[in-house]
Amino acid sequence: MDLILLILVPVLTLAALMTAGTKAQARMIAAAGTGVQLVLSVYLVIVYLMERGSGNIEQMLFTEKYVWFNTLNIYFSTGVDGISVSLILLTAIVTFTGVLASWDVDYLYKEFFISLIVLSTGVFGFFISLDLFTMFLFYELAVIPMYLLIGIWGSGKKEYSAMKLTLMLMGASAVLLVGLLGIYSYSSPTGATALTFNIIEIANVDIPVEAQRYFFPMVFIGFGVLGALFPFHTWSPDGHSSAPTAVSMLHAGVLMKMGGYGCLRVAMYLLPEAANEMAWIFIILTSISIVYGAFGAIVQTDLKYINAYSSVSHCGLVLFAILMINEIVMNGAVLQMISHGLMTALFFALIGMIYSRTHTRDIREMTGIMKLMPFLSVCYMIAGFASLGLPGLSGFVAEMTIFVGAFQNTDIFHRSVTILAASSIVITAVYILRVVAKILLGPAGDNLPSGIKDAVWNEKVVTIILIVAIAGMGLVPLWLSDMILNSLGPITEKLALIK
Amino acid sequence: MTIEQLLLMRHEIMLLIAAVIILIIELSAGKDNKSLMIPAAVIIFSLVTFIGFLPIETGKLFGGSYNTSDMIILMKNSLNIGVLIVIIQSAGWLKHSFENFDNSGGYFFIIISSVIGMDFMISAGDFLMFYIGLELATIPIAALAAVEKMKRRSSEAGIKLILSAALSSGILLFGISILYATNGSLFFSSLSSDNLNSSLQILAFIFVFTGVAFKISLVPFHLWTADVYEGAPVNISSFLSSISKASAVFILIILLFTVFNSLVSVWNTVLYYTAVITMTIGNLFAIRQQNMKRFLAFSSIAQAGFIPLGIIGGTQFGISAVIYFLLIYIFSNLGAFGVVSAISNATGKENMDDYNGLYRTNPKLSLVMMLSLFSLAGIPPVAGFFGKFFLFTAAAVQGYYILVFIAVVNATISLYYYLLVVKAMFINKSDSPIEFINNDNYTKAGLLICAIGIIIIGFAGIIFEFIESASTGI
Repeated sequence: MDLILLILVPVLTLAALMTAGTKAQARMIAAAGTGVQLVLSVYLVIVYLMERGSGNIEQMLFTEKYVWFNTLNIYFSTGVDGISVSLILLTAIVTFTGVLASWDVDYLYKEFFISLIVLSTGVFGFFISLDLFTMFLFYELAVIPMYLLIGIWGSGKKEYSAMKLTLMLMGASAVLLVGLLGIYSYSSPTGATALTFNIIEIANVDIPVEAQRYFFPMVFIGFGVLGALFPFHTWSPDGHSSAPTAVSMLHAGVLMKMGGYGCLRVAMYLLPEAANEMAWIFIILTSISIVYGAFGAIVQTDLKYINAYSSVSHCGLVLFAILMINEIVMNGAVLQMISHGLMTALFFALIGMIYSRTHTRDIREMTGIMKLMPFLSVCYMIAGFASLGLPGLSGFVAEMTIFVGAFQNTDIFHRSVTILAASSIVITAVYILRVVAKILLGPAGDNLPSGIKDAVWNEKVVTIILIVAIAGMGLVPLWLSDMILNSLGPITEKLALIK
Repeated sequence: MTIEQLLLMRHEIMLLIAAVIILIIELSAGKDNKSLMIPAAVIIFSLVTFIGFLPIETGKLFGGSYNTSDMIILMKNSLNIGVLIVIIQSAGWLKHSFENFDNSGGYFFIIISSVIGMDFMISAGDFLMFYIGLELATIPIAALAAVEKMKRRSSEAGIKLILSAALSSGILLFGISILYATNGSLFFSSLSSDNLNSSLQILAFIFVFTGVAFKISLVPFHLWTADVYEGAPVNISSFLSSISKASAVFILIILLFTVFNSLVSVWNTVLYYTAVITMTIGNLFAIRQQNMKRFLAFSSIAQAGFIPLGIIGGTQFGISAVIYFLLIYIFSNLGAFGVVSAISNATGKENMDDYNGLYRTNPKLSLVMMLSLFSLAGIPPVAGFFGKFFLFTAAAVQGYYILVFIAVVNATISLYYYLLVVKAMFINKSDSPIEFINNDNYTKAGLLICAIGIIIIGFAGIIFEFIESASTGI
């Protein structure tokens, strides 16, 4: 399959959106474009599995190179392995449901969908890139529409949050850029070949350890900020709580995964010696993320803040797992990215739907929603159970894999942080069950607006798609985890050779 | 001198002919047909720009005081493109706000004279030609800055510009005279073959650098910039901030790589610290500005701070990155100034607060402004990203990681204030936003060219390759 299609379809959708006149046209075009994208992504998974099934053991499939800046050796090289394929599928699902969830944007609808699709273009481009230059380009392309999306259509202290988010992420990309340029300038230590940005080619080169020690922290922090690495996570709760529903979904569901993916694909894969040496620093930071995020969620009273802090905790787990360096736990990391992406998108979609009916997100002001909106409430419960790791749903698969894998490191340091991280499951249960008990159960509150109706069709489609995906991943996880595991080989090999 | 030799000066000769034709048209048009001047000037200058791109021989004239190479021609062509946009953009101002519309021929004549000066300056092979070109480039602009005679700020800007320019010329001349005293020659080629390394020659370098840095408005030689940009008509400010600045960078590159090539370690240090100070100071001042012209003035100072990153390594790639960056900068800066000019002409409003809610009433102007600002900030997918990225790459490959880090952090700071304008236009609400502005076709064309340039130059890798293939021979 031609991967460039994954960029072309959103670009064509954008072009079509520019011509849209009415709100109905704009949202139909956006839904159609992202729908086609979803179909393409499912098709990509199928052809990928077939190709692997027929015995193709290349590291990257469907690779393609388009010359861009010839003299600089910059290409737009694309290619996918199991990790990127599964994340592309996640992105397509979340984008499509995000468009459906914002069916009722009330003003500047055309601009809203344009920004949303620019954002998703950035994410798709990021996941199919095999070139540090284009990867960085798409990373920034995905971040900048967030400013407009939160600033224009957000709520609460939106201007502050939008500026904080943009500046922190762009600041991170500043650090990241220096790291990437460092990798570039060491990509040909003998001088025999031209310097290159191509990830696969750089992977065959041994970058001197002294240089790696400088650039690993830069790249890891640069991507890690997007993955809500403590202490650089503060943009995330503010950003999520001010963003409109679809943007929270995309942001927590997909954008934060770019951080994890970047850490895995660039920091760990290209700078393995430094990764082994310095992992312990970041393991401590991510452990703090995990526990601190979970405790943060306990004390919050705004539904979106609760979820934002829970995202910090769960994304911390992703980075934690990546740093544990073995195949099982890294497999768990990617599974956790997908699981958290789906479940947090569901959460934010539901919070948006509930908020549009109750006009409050404060859990102290809501009781007995189950009686008023049974459908949405049940969905919320399912999302909660997935979040706390109930077997049969996606969270269980991911977290089990992570903790089992992490425990295979036999030294006392790794074991103790693993136990610490695993304790977050209990804390998660506390805040999830507290919210469920507080707002869903009990007698219907009388301070809520009267005449509340349950979900309408587009909301039902959103929740059902996401729940099916979550349950599907929880019940039949093997194909997914195999697909990811097969692709982790080159990365873990490179990391383990050095040990 | 044969006609072929004379044709080596094609750019200057074409510009001279254009300037004279414009004067003749103005004289013969009579009082009633003054409106002919604008289309005539646009057409003539488009022709000049186009002819500049036709292939031509390169060589030396006047015993080496004048020389051309592929790179110099490329530089002149980039300037021409920028000047064409400025001329198109000034049509709106000439028609609506210029007090002496009758003198619009004079306006074009002065602009073109200044460009002739820049072209001679870039082509210079000795310090005499260089100095004549420099003065010819500066003095007409001072006249233009003061062109709105009835406005006090405009006269003030003109005086300020001419006084600071005179001072910097004095310093520059002092530097040149020291060079002549120590080497006995004014020719770049003989100066560069001598090994300049005595402390007197280093002093001479510092003086010459100061003179040129004044024109690029590198900190600490930037103090005139904001006042002049604010006082002068918008189109003159845009000319000063893009064309004039670019031409000074071009000659700086040529001087550093020919005359001062033996002082590499000295000028690397000087450029390093100038870059750091310029970016930081420019950014910090830009954050607090409310007047859009002052805002763009400080933003252009900060932008100039990025340029040394390409020069500092002394590589061919670095030079192409600088030329590429400047080409993009010309488009982005003229785009931003074009919007400011359109709004200022129609309403007289120049403050950032006035831009609140602009998107609701003037979506197209806001979009061009946003594109230009994103390009200045270096946000993909617009061209500014590529320009900055290559500058950073050029410095990083040479091992200047700390400088690159400072530059990237500064780029992030600059994003903050560019976003303030975007916020005003798109997010802030206003009770009395600027009414819909029905721009004339020239303004529209000028902005359209900028927008297309900003979008296309980044994606078209071929443009960078063309620049790289031409920027050899220093």
